[in-house]
Amino acid sequence: MLNTKSAPTKARANLISQKVATLPPSGIRKFFDLLASVEDVISLGIGEPDFVTPWHIREAGTYSVEKGYTMYTSNSGMPELRQEIARYLELHYRVSYHPEHEILITTGSSEGLDLALRAIINPGDEVIIPDPCYVAYPADVTLAGGVPSLVPTSEENNFVIRATDIEARITKQTKAILIGYPANPTGAVIPRKEAEAIARLARKYDLLVVSDEIYARLVYGMEHICFPSLPGMKERTILIGGLSKSHAMTGWRIGYVAAERFFIQALTKIHQYTMLCAPTMSQMAAIEALRNGDNEVERMVQEYNRRRRIMVKRLQEIGLPCFEPKGAFYAFPSIKATGTNSEEFAEKLLLEEKVAVVPGTAFGHCGEGFVRCCYATSLSNIEEALRRIDRFLRKNRLNTG
Amino acid sequence: MKEIFEILEQNARATPEQISTMVDQPVNEVEKIIKRAEKDGTILKYKAIINWPKLGKEDVWALIEVRVTPQRGVGFDAIAERIYQFSEVYSAYLVSGTYDLAILVRGKNMQEIASFVAEKLAPLEEVQSTVTHFLLKRYKESGEIFHLPKEINRRLPITP
Repeated sequence: MLNTKSAPTKARANLISQKVATLPPSGIRKFFDLLASVEDVISLGIGEPDFVTPWHIREAGTYSVEKGYTMYTSNSGMPELRQEIARYLELHYRVSYHPEHEILITTGSSEGLDLALRAIINPGDEVIIPDPCYVAYPADVTLAGGVPSLVPTSEENNFVIRATDIEARITKQTKAILIGYPANPTGAVIPRKEAEAIARLARKYDLLVVSDEIYARLVYGMEHICFPSLPGMKERTILIGGLSKSHAMTGWRIGYVAAERFFIQALTKIHQYTMLCAPTMSQMAAIEALRNGDNEVERMVQEYNRRRRIMVKRLQEIGLPCFEPKGAFYAFPSIKATGTNSEEFAEKLLLEEKVAVVPGTAFGHCGEGFVRCCYATSLSNIEEALRRIDRFLRKNRLNTG
Repeated sequence: MKEIFEILEQNARATPEQISTMVDQPVNEVEKIIKRAEKDGTILKYKAIINWPKLGKEDVWALIEVRVTPQRGVGFDAIAERIYQFSEVYSAYLVSGTYDLAILVRGKNMQEIASFVAEKLAPLEEVQSTVTHFLLKRYKESGEIFHLPKEINRRLPITP
């Protein structure tokens, strides 16, 4: 007879793996719930382009659906797309990858990052990560069985991780350095000199570099250093990229990993057992994006740059000092002079003036004293948000110290 | 410099201060360029794009193909001028193909446009023939889309 009574369960907490149970939730999540309770918010908290994917790309996506491209593609992704990515990387960053063996199409760059870490980490391996950083970095390292080794970065160095600080953190367990420039949440771009110094360290201590370059196209008046283009780095770099930010394609979930065959084979193993392949229609759209999307990318980058200048200038005018972010679409102003902490500031600002910014602490301890303001929103939104922040500071007498 | 005009073309109300920040040039420099452009006709005019149907007041518009005989010495320009001076003519273009001038005409009603064509345009000596197309619906103008569906915010309010 079937026993419908379930066996006495262990404590419910034990049902979830320890690794996951102890994983802290994203600092953004908490804020998200609070946000849901407030209406008519101007949000500077959205980490994605406000542009809709350019029409010619959307059109290619719908056309592929009409034509019946609804099946799996090969695990690695469509050959045409891999060729386009190889061409794109060569054209923009002068790095060559073999489209057949050295490129893997992933479901967004997030998957690429996860695959890269899972493919290289043994239990207990340490991965060096800048603090503050994108919310997924430490979590992904932990989930892969590694130990995040956070290296503080500071405003004095424009939030660029310094090779000397990295070197001080290197132990026998250190396996890799995970960096992402241009950076979320700071908008920092890594200068060539610093990148070269990190590359030297990687060679000296035989470390891998996982370089998340999802914001590569969004740089303003500075060159983007593609890590594998540095001498001797191609063989020890796993390059992560994607079309989400450059081509305003976040919802399509198309990313890629470029690395030597040896790594790609390892990543593909995990990919084939978990994701199988990236969405086919999105791959078709991505081919169109890479073939004919450059004008649109440049138009969007130019627009971001204008908003960036307005945002930074206005922040400084209202008394929130902000180092000049040269990449991505974030400004990371200091709110230290207000005497509050990031979380309190963001919460109060949201409730009193209905402006959403993300507390810097969501991205690590070193984000304390800062908030992330995304300028991928209309100019009128930026102006209005800053008027409100100004009023907020005056009302609470926060800007006079 | 081109960028200043690109910004103004998108938004005529952008202030010199805003533009100066956006293009990273001193305000007085930007003001000077705009002033000069206003004077020398680089900037013809600042106008608003009105969605008239929303006000329930819609004029009647027609796109008229005009075939004309060009004149020695002045080509199409003289006859074009004789046509575009009429206040009914909103836009006028010289085009390649099966006809010569494409003109956009605006009137209060169909009758007004019909009489413009019959009494003013067609009788002109150089005009050989006209074909009048009445506009039925406006989808996009000067790069702006009409009848946009109610702006829906597709983005989540906060994302990593």
